[in-house]
Amino acid sequence: MARAVTSQRKALNTVVAWSIGLLIFFPILWTILTSFKSEAEAIANPPVFMFFDWTLENYSVVLERSNYMRFLTNSVIIAGGSTLLGVLIAVPAAWSMAFVPSRRTKDILLWMLSTKMLPAVGVLYPIYLLCIRLGVLDNRAALVVILMLINLPIIVWMLYTYFREIPGEILEAARMDGATLKDEILYVLTPMAIPGIASTLLLNFILAWNEAFWTLNLTSVDAAPLTAFIASYSSPEGLFFAKLSAASTMAIAPILILGWFSQKQLVRGLTFGAVK
Amino acid sequence: MATQHSRSAARIMMAPAVFLLLVWMLVPLCMTLWFSFRNYLPLRGGDLGFAGFNNFTRFVSSSAFWPSVLTTLIIVGGVLLISIVFGVLLAILLDKPMWGQGIVRILVIAPFFVMPTVSALVWKNMFMDPVNGVLAHLWRFFGADPLVWLQDASVFSIILIVSWQWLPFATLILLTAIQSLDSEQLEAAEIDGATPLARFFFISLPHLSRAITIVVLIQTIFVLAVFAEIFVTTGGAFGTRTLTYLIYQRVLESQNIGLGSAGGVYAIILANIVAIFLMRIVGKNLDN
Amino acid sequence: MSYTSRFSGGLFGRLSCSASALTLLMTSTGFADSHAQTITIATVNNGDMIRMQGYTDQFTEETGISVEWVTLEENVLRQRVTTDITTNGGQFDIMTIGMYETPIWGAAGWLVPLDGLSEEYNVDDILPAMRGGLSHDGTLYAAPFYGESSMIMYRTDLMEAAGLEMPDAPTWEFIREAAAAMTDRDNDVNGICLRGKAGWGEGGALITAMSNSFGARWFDMDWNAQFDTQPWRDTLTFFNDMMQESGPAGFATNGFNENLSMFQQGLCGMWIDATVAASFVTNEDSTVADSVGFALAPDNGLGRRSNWLWAWALAIPAGTQQQDAAMQFIEWATGTGYIDMVAENEGWANVPPGARISLYENPNYQEVPFAQMTLDSILSADPNNSTVEPTPYVGVQFAAIPEFAGIATEVSQEFSAYYAGQQSVDEALENAQAITNEAMEAAGYR
Repeated sequence: MARAVTSQRKALNTVVAWSIGLLIFFPILWTILTSFKSEAEAIANPPVFMFFDWTLENYSVVLERSNYMRFLTNSVIIAGGSTLLGVLIAVPAAWSMAFVPSRRTKDILLWMLSTKMLPAVGVLYPIYLLCIRLGVLDNRAALVVILMLINLPIIVWMLYTYFREIPGEILEAARMDGATLKDEILYVLTPMAIPGIASTLLLNFILAWNEAFWTLNLTSVDAAPLTAFIASYSSPEGLFFAKLSAASTMAIAPILILGWFSQKQLVRGLTFGAVK
Repeated sequence: MATQHSRSAARIMMAPAVFLLLVWMLVPLCMTLWFSFRNYLPLRGGDLGFAGFNNFTRFVSSSAFWPSVLTTLIIVGGVLLISIVFGVLLAILLDKPMWGQGIVRILVIAPFFVMPTVSALVWKNMFMDPVNGVLAHLWRFFGADPLVWLQDASVFSIILIVSWQWLPFATLILLTAIQSLDSEQLEAAEIDGATPLARFFFISLPHLSRAITIVVLIQTIFVLAVFAEIFVTTGGAFGTRTLTYLIYQRVLESQNIGLGSAGGVYAIILANIVAIFLMRIVGKNLDN
Repeated sequence: MSYTSRFSGGLFGRLSCSASALTLLMTSTGFADSHAQTITIATVNNGDMIRMQGYTDQFTEETGISVEWVTLEENVLRQRVTTDITTNGGQFDIMTIGMYETPIWGAAGWLVPLDGLSEEYNVDDILPAMRGGLSHDGTLYAAPFYGESSMIMYRTDLMEAAGLEMPDAPTWEFIREAAAAMTDRDNDVNGICLRGKAGWGEGGALITAMSNSFGARWFDMDWNAQFDTQPWRDTLTFFNDMMQESGPAGFATNGFNENLSMFQQGLCGMWIDATVAASFVTNEDSTVADSVGFALAPDNGLGRRSNWLWAWALAIPAGTQQQDAAMQFIEWATGTGYIDMVAENEGWANVPPGARISLYENPNYQEVPFAQMTLDSILSADPNNSTVEPTPYVGVQFAAIPEFAGIATEVSQEFSAYYAGQQSVDEALENAQAITNEAMEAAGYR
């Protein structure tokens, strides 16, 4: 009897959850579907859902017009590079904040977060002028550094919260056994922090991938990532929904696939110290 | 506990991050401050000299200033409200046993992976368009006149678009927190005769408070800076001009760097007020 | 000013000398010259430019110069090129800019004067209106890739059904009556579709051009904003009343694209917009391609019509080190050879319109249904004399001063709020007046 109720409940949960899930996912699904329509079908009234002439034409047009692989490569390099560099710099900082806290630790953390609140538009000209002076406009390395700096506070903070969850006794035990600071970090701390570091990497990769202000304004050709690719398909004169959908699908597909595969990792690691 | 040795080591390890962020904060900040006192008009020949506090008074006395501050706060508040209320509900739902849990979770998280520009374009053109949008078709299907979203419900539309991107993030964090909730405690409460509502308010919600704090903090930082969603959809029309957008208009559309920089200084001040406010709440919650 | 002469005279002379010497050196040593001979072009993602990109290989084949394209949506492009030109960032060798930017940037010395164009290019073949709008002090600073005015596109079948006949040069009163007569709410037919969307290049362009025919102007001779005058009030109320009667719901958010797709779907009886739209409403995407007629933009009997003048043009920023190659590209892309090439491959209806006299003298092109009306529209717009009363500015749907884009975008936002019923016409005009005067004060005009 109790079992029947449970499975009834489970069925109800399933129906409700799937409906909501599909509702939230619908805009993405619709974009993907539209990318296989002709421009006329994309604005058909009433809209066609599945039964239209599926075509790959939009994709071939987009691929012919833009050097998709170059945009993609740049996105991977910029997002990946900035994330890796950020974690490299953040791990020692977060480590020392978590294990050798001082009176100022909390202030430093909060200050770091507050640097994220500087509105980007307001400093476009100063930064642009600076980049000219340094000769690093349209330069991938410069963008790697800038995006690293933008996300560094979040990285430090995320890592700090993970590290704090690692019980200090373990470290002390290791120290008793004669482990050096380096050993401590490499062999004790790192393995325990792997899930945290992994989800930090993922989250920041996503944030860097989607950053659309600096990546658009400081690049032209050599360093232009997918955000610039999208800007060449939004709102031209004439019908554009289908081609825009194709370009959008191409821009979000890599990160969507990555996100789906690493979903478990992301869920496990995204605690921000909120789980005790 | 910490030795002198590890203290200095700690300081050295912290140095690169602190130094870099200090530079990253100070250089633009100083340049913004510098420009905010200059009469800097690139299209009129560049730096035309010292402007005193003109830019500051002009920026504040502009009729667009206070409405833009209000809009900013409404958008941040609206997005927070939606993503926390629905985030909690979704997290509780997703934690329940069901078929295909993994897939549903993926469906719910997906919007977080979409670039803000893309999501704004998709919502504006394919959903909110009063003629060809999916929502317009839906309205007509039920015999209603399609809503002109970006005109008649402009701020709400922006909140909707931004929430769509950030709800998944809130759900993720809240879900992680809920999964760590001791189910025995809930069962014990159930046996004691606590109603589901009481269980939610007295056990689940307090347990989630820390996660909610995190969501509030991170989303505030990101939503304060929302730009692409407005740039693509309304361009600041119909009362959707946030402080960030107003600065954009001054700097890039009006090409008045001095005025825009003064706006930047105000934005920093606003952000810090919000931050202090947040820290008051958050700091307490983070400590325990 | 001295900045320009220093650069173009001294540095650029030397630069181009050394550039050609370098090229010589590279070819003689057999060194791959692909790097030195690549130019970067920033352009807008409109159909004609996309088509031009498709022919890039042709250009590279002819000249050995490779081209990198930075194709961006209009608003992003403006933001990008303006930042780059004002800071002398040197990111682009050619920029696609419009009739608004060209004279301002030319005057500031940021663009290379196009006075060294070859004989073969025949600069005198450029339509005088375009040439004038892309010059400063008589010097051409950008070569028009295509030019446009605005005109009425209407459904001949609906017009006939309404028992009306469209004159070649109608008045606003006629348009309003015709719009009301063509409107059929039950069948989703709106008598007229016009831009109401905020943005100086969107609804701002339409209402400004329209206000010219109502006798309004942006500024008086002392740069005082004129939104407190009756002609502006008349313009706005006429526009809004007509659109409420016969326009689509939500017209305050409609720009070029929204109106285009509605017209193509048969939801509009009339549409007054860019002449380049004529090829879109008559192509295969359009469900009403067979029944589209054209007429001049309306007037009000005051001697000024409500059509605008615009060109997308190619200009060379003064910071470039590849001036010669850039010049070569401009001659190739905006010359008659390019037009012939496109005509041969894709038909005459698809060539970039509105730039050259010879195109309109070509009998093949005269067969294109909208050719003559496009030319007539362009010829009837005069940037130097666009308003009934005198003004201190040049431009039809804009005032060619650096502050205009920012001001007009904000002003058009006030107008859009009025169309949407969120404020009264008086509030909209008061706000517009305040915004404009405030900005003009900040810029030191008043």
